[in-house]
Amino acid sequence: MNRNRINIPLKLLYLQGKSPLFRIILNFVFPIMTELKTPDISIIDIDKIRADFPILSDKVNGKPLIYFDNGATSQKPIQVIETITNYYKHQNANIHRGVHTLSQEITVAYENARATVQKHLNALYSHEIIFTSGTTESINLVAHSFAKQFLSNGDEVIVTAMEHHSNILPWQMVCEERGALLKVVPINSDGELILEEYKKLLNKKTKIVAVTHISNTLGTINPVKEIIDLAHAQNIPVLVDGAQAVPHTFVNVQDMDADFYCFSGHKLFGPTGVGVLYGKEKWLNQLPPYKVGGGTIKTVSFERTEYADLPLKFEAGTPHIEGGIGLAVAIDYVNEIGLDKIAAYEHDLLEYATGLLQKTDGVKIIGTAKNKASVISFVVEGLHAFDIGTILDQLGIAVRTGHHCTQPLMTHYCIQGTVRAAFAFYNTKQEIDLFIQGLERAIKMLR
Amino acid sequence: MSIEETEKEIVEEFDMFDDWMQKYEHLIDLGKSLPMISEGEKTDDRLIKGCQSRVWLKSELKNGKIIYTADSDAIITKGMVALMVRVLSDHTPDEIINAKMEFVEKVGLTKHLSPTRSNGLLSMIKQMKMDAVAYKTMG
Repeated sequence: MNRNRINIPLKLLYLQGKSPLFRIILNFVFPIMTELKTPDISIIDIDKIRADFPILSDKVNGKPLIYFDNGATSQKPIQVIETITNYYKHQNANIHRGVHTLSQEITVAYENARATVQKHLNALYSHEIIFTSGTTESINLVAHSFAKQFLSNGDEVIVTAMEHHSNILPWQMVCEERGALLKVVPINSDGELILEEYKKLLNKKTKIVAVTHISNTLGTINPVKEIIDLAHAQNIPVLVDGAQAVPHTFVNVQDMDADFYCFSGHKLFGPTGVGVLYGKEKWLNQLPPYKVGGGTIKTVSFERTEYADLPLKFEAGTPHIEGGIGLAVAIDYVNEIGLDKIAAYEHDLLEYATGLLQKTDGVKIIGTAKNKASVISFVVEGLHAFDIGTILDQLGIAVRTGHHCTQPLMTHYCIQGTVRAAFAFYNTKQEIDLFIQGLERAIKMLR
Repeated sequence: MSIEETEKEIVEEFDMFDDWMQKYEHLIDLGKSLPMISEGEKTDDRLIKGCQSRVWLKSELKNGKIIYTADSDAIITKGMVALMVRVLSDHTPDEIINAKMEFVEKVGLTKHLSPTRSNGLLSMIKQMKMDAVAYKTMG
């Protein structure tokens, strides 16, 4: 399977159905260049997909639910829900422990789930996949273990101005502990990283770079491969926060050459409370365990403990077993639809909603990067995001309002917060129409 | 008017509305009519930090009664703030400390008081009561 598609701008995937010239380029020239398999937006069977998500048929405040808070968490298909209930009905046992049949079977299922994640990220080995509780724990694990081993007084860690607090605070904490400095890559007014400034920040004191793949607030898709190449030129490892990227796009960790890649299951249509840390074997082997306990050891005595090999070294205690197997089912689900089709479909939604919002009086979109995922943040002149979100909620429309755990970004734009609509592949243009109508109604009421 | 009487009045007022949109329109109207705190008085020590909307609260003791003034940057929050001020302002510290604030549930605003709503309203009621305790101790 060709997994190089991550670097192809989503816009091109979208445009291929629109302009004859692009169609020629994409269908004939581009495939020769990249072996790109052309996706067809119409192949998404939206009715079938929506039927797989029980919650989408629910009513909220007496209105059919329109769920646009996918950046916070995604809804779950019935396949994932049934995997979890089936686990408790027929499979429940602890893994890696018992000789009995149930324990052995669920151990195999859990390790198969790890292999599914490995294949999905195109990691070299399955032991490079560490199950965690989510992106936040994955980043904390790397920050604390890495700092313990490699960070000293006067060293530097680079993050960016558009990071989620989860990719700032762990680094800020270990920098304070170790006397290291946190450096920040600035962004331009469109919400894109200024790579020239990034290049200037890289130096001999830089020990690690932590960057988000896609901004949760702005939707900006960062050029992670370029960012990684620049760091690697100086032998600096890079951690990529992929929480917002995995639901929207292919991730190929080997092609990207990421040293660490983190994401959460619940944003990828999987269960809450399970996440992934991918780490290159050479790095994970050098890091000490972050938390210790059952399962992480080879031998223990009161004098000395020998820790287990990867991945168990980092997986203390009984893991989120049904979370892991549920996540694998979610991954299979999106792959069955096809992430290339999902990206194209969502980009169509993004363009449609962006066009309508631009025409709505008083609306200003925050985050206008050239390369964007299906996330739109906006403010309405003179109105508070909380008020707009509250009225939309009464209309059954779920959006996120506030600072989205990116306060430094809000400071950059001199705003208190935004309204954010983040679309998934189960959303529709009809829902966007209702959202725009609701927004217009809210603006009228609040003015 | 006693605190209970004002609460009853508010409950009756909200009962007149058929649906939630009308209730919100009423809250917005109340928010717009609430006397604002001047920008210069919106100091950090008066700011009740919520996650999303910000609320400022000012309290003064006059003739044994506490006069509250409040403001918010979000208009719906301001409407809810206006209700709190209407119920509790111009009463003695003891009356305020003992106020049950049952109207909040009766009017259907309880969900706005859950900590996850983070609009500063719950913190505001706490702060109003704490101010009353402070004035009582001083007095």
